[in-house]
Amino acid sequence: MARPGNRGLVLQLGGLAVGMFAFGFLLVPLYDAMCRITGIGGRTNAVAATIATTQEVSERLVTVEFVTVLNEQAPWEFRPTVSSIQVRPGQLYDTAFFARNLTDGMLVGSAVPSVAPGQAAKYFVKTQCFCFTQQNFTAGEGRDMGVQFMVDPALPEFIDRITLSYTFFVNRPATAQLISGPTAGSTT
Amino acid sequence: MSTASHPHAGHTHDPADAHHEDHHGPAKGLTRWLFTTNHKDIGTLYLLFALVMLFVGGAMAMVIRLELFQPGLQFVNPDFFNQMTTMHALIMIFGMIMPAFVGFANWMIPLMIGAPDMALPRLNNWSFWILPFASTILVSTLFMPGGGPAGGWTLYPPLSLQAGNSFPFTIFAIHMLGMSSILGSINIIVTIMNMRAPGMTLLKMPLFVWTWLITAYLLIAAMPVLAGGVTMLLTDQFFGTSFFQAAGGGDPVLFQHIFWFFGHPEVYIIILPAFGIVSQIIPTFSRKPLFGYAAMVYATASIGFLSFIVWAHHMFTVGMPLAGEMFFMLSTMLIAIPTAVKVFNWTATMWRGSLTFETPMLFALAFLFLFTIGGFSGLMLAIAPADFQYHDTYFVVAHFHYVLVPGALFGAIAGAYFWLPKWTGHRYDERLGKIHFWLSAISVNVTFFPQHFLGLAGMPRRIPDYATQFADWNMISSIGSFGFGLSQVLFAYIVFKTIRGGAKATAEVWDQPEGLEWTVPSPAPYHTFDEAPVVK
Repeated sequence: MARPGNRGLVLQLGGLAVGMFAFGFLLVPLYDAMCRITGIGGRTNAVAATIATTQEVSERLVTVEFVTVLNEQAPWEFRPTVSSIQVRPGQLYDTAFFARNLTDGMLVGSAVPSVAPGQAAKYFVKTQCFCFTQQNFTAGEGRDMGVQFMVDPALPEFIDRITLSYTFFVNRPATAQLISGPTAGSTT
Repeated sequence: MSTASHPHAGHTHDPADAHHEDHHGPAKGLTRWLFTTNHKDIGTLYLLFALVMLFVGGAMAMVIRLELFQPGLQFVNPDFFNQMTTMHALIMIFGMIMPAFVGFANWMIPLMIGAPDMALPRLNNWSFWILPFASTILVSTLFMPGGGPAGGWTLYPPLSLQAGNSFPFTIFAIHMLGMSSILGSINIIVTIMNMRAPGMTLLKMPLFVWTWLITAYLLIAAMPVLAGGVTMLLTDQFFGTSFFQAAGGGDPVLFQHIFWFFGHPEVYIIILPAFGIVSQIIPTFSRKPLFGYAAMVYATASIGFLSFIVWAHHMFTVGMPLAGEMFFMLSTMLIAIPTAVKVFNWTATMWRGSLTFETPMLFALAFLFLFTIGGFSGLMLAIAPADFQYHDTYFVVAHFHYVLVPGALFGAIAGAYFWLPKWTGHRYDERLGKIHFWLSAISVNVTFFPQHFLGLAGMPRRIPDYATQFADWNMISSIGSFGFGLSQVLFAYIVFKTIRGGAKATAEVWDQPEGLEWTVPSPAPYHTFDEAPVVK
């Protein structure tokens, strides 16, 4: 068996190191794919889902709780209008979250949803959500923002309680664009 | 015994020969160390560097234990405390224990396989000289506005991204430290693969060489993943990417997966060379060959492989599905099997051996007992349902310090006593060595054993203050740590005393030890095995 010379072996091992560096980045799409397939990340649909209107409505009752999260002293008042509702899988429900801009300037907000337990994420279907679009707020403005959702009747039996959480972020690039107005937009 | 003969045809390398004018002698002055490509010089540099960093990282541990001596805030503010826990870990892992083992590899691998030097001597020089610069960058963050990194050595975002000016410096220091170990590992693998003396087949190599071969592969596979992960942190912070920022569609939990994909192999990167050193020492002082050599090699290889599929046991509490918890729990417990094979074989090596208890053997035995305690607490932590209780408590701190301090560090200290006579030509002071051992062995347990109780009682890690019911065990732990810190000053004294003088060591040093390194004179001449030894 011929041994590779020093040069060959160094190139092989260097290639392994470079390959593993790339593998580190490959973990990003792999993780996304894993989360999408298994729902372990608690991610729900990011664009509006369309569902058949003639859904079978299940008899069981599932509690859906609503929570809100603000990170790093985000300048919002942000809360659910109701803290929880009892739903029947297969039926559409509406609820709303209230947000107020606490600054004296315009702000654009973006909400990121998360569902716990993670296994419930793919059975929690949103047909309308304020998280699908950017939310523009004038100085001090406060308003309700709607969510329409349905729990899929295929929800596993052992889940009887689902928590829907929203984290409300300031969308800084969009805010900057809103403030600089159409002049900035026209140059692009 | 003498399996090797190396007639000095044409040259003479007797250390008594003062003629170093030819290209074989060490250069004079500081430039000898700056430009050296000699594996022994570079090994010495690595080892001395690690010794210095032991005291830098140790001083940080002393600050931590001083603050935890009593409840309440006495000496440092919480932010500085958090910088100390973060930097203590980074310095001890990347600046101390890894360079120490690379130092052993540099010194001993060529001597053990009958090679004249490392395969890539100039790369070797670079691997070392990156280290002091990287470490200086890392330590310098403590003096920057906002202080050093304080979010824990695991660098979890979003917390780690809230560091001040220190953040990019920490990342670059980690990049450089990683590059140093990758280059060092490439060199070690090429040396082992291409430089073995004729007849030195892979399954004749001393176990220390084997454990380093596997460690080097782990390093090359794991370190670049960390480099990728911290690069993503850097671009998230400065270039507007959102790998880990939920606001932009990223996920902070992803970082934990990337980090621990590196982090768990890193655990074995740290401990495998210590396994190798202990596997050299126990047979020597048992006067028996190592029991189950082939089993040891395969056990090491299986540990290396398994280390890549268990990472998420560090993050049981992030909300994995049941199947994930089960997989990582069971795969983690599987590692206990090859590890138990090793512990069994070390014990069986001593069975009916003609044992003596010189300092290296004492440290190796303490390693065997205390590492096993750390292994058992690791098994407890591997139980996913129980881990929810232990997670981020002092029980975890006690566990990993048992495998790192009386595990990896005792392995390194044992190796230092074992080969110091070969390196310096002098015997160390056996009486002082034994005093050092007993002081260390007692104080390390006084330090870390109570931390098991603290963790089970619910004391969280990485906090500068605690509820008063934890006061007694914390005080005992702190007293133990001061004792352990002072004992290592004695170690440094013994090392420098041995370098300066002492009883002359023979070539064999110990009682009929196995291995090519004992066939060359003590101190090992600047150049050895210019002509390959004959291996039977």
